[in-house]
Amino acid sequence: MSPHRVSYTLDSTLDTVNSAEEVASKIATEAGFGDEDVMKIAMAVREAAVNAVLHGNAYDPGKKVQVDFERTAEELVITIKDQGKGLDLNKVPDPLAPENLLKTSGRGIFLIRSFMDEVEINPSQTGTEIKLIKHVHGSAVDGKEASQ
Amino acid sequence: MSMKTSTRQVDGVTIVDCSGRITLGEGSVILRDTVRDLLGKGNKKILLNLGDVNYIDSSGIGELVSAYTTVKNQGGELKLLNLTKKVHDLLQITKLYTVFDVKDDEAGAVKAFAK
Repeated sequence: MSPHRVSYTLDSTLDTVNSAEEVASKIATEAGFGDEDVMKIAMAVREAAVNAVLHGNAYDPGKKVQVDFERTAEELVITIKDQGKGLDLNKVPDPLAPENLLKTSGRGIFLIRSFMDEVEINPSQTGTEIKLIKHVHGSAVDGKEASQ
Repeated sequence: MSMKTSTRQVDGVTIVDCSGRITLGEGSVILRDTVRDLLGKGNKKILLNLGDVNYIDSSGIGELVSAYTTVKNQGGELKLLNLTKKVHDLLQITKLYTVFDVKDDEAGAVKAFAK
């Protein structure tokens, strides 16, 4: 199966968050993932998009969010990039620490890591890029991919 | 589907029937406003029925935590009722399942509030 790529450039709005989630759900379904994995992938993308829109671009109408989907026989790779100042990973708290359990924010990256197989976060001065990877596994999916 | 709430009173407990998605934006705001209105009217025993909530994101989880601490800080009690599997699993992995008082039977949940 040859790689299939789709890219979107989106505004820094809540609509972008919803759109990214919907597209992720559609592409993950088409890739053959089961319902639970589709939900996890869509939610991880939503959380990453929330981070990009809110914390990265801070709703700045002059800044965009780039969302790329790449599908191969082995995996689905989703890259989300904002144009903010770059996430300071040292300031991301552990939401499971007892002192943070009752905080009202700070769980997005934790959920992303929980739902995806691999997560790479690359902050720079021109923005933060987060790469989300979900491996294709399971006989039904393997069989489908192998037949194409 | 956006978030909707309706409230009813049972034996001094306000049951908030929630449906839809509790997510960043409208869903979280509706939940926040609902709880704030109830507290403003002196209703401090609140049972959030999440049986028809099919989706919640990290902002929604944060809003549940905020509701819980706000009610508690005002001397009230907030409990959760009828979690869907998705919401249950989310509260488990975020270690919040043991923070909230979670019930799966409405009558029992109402009785569990302090008299």
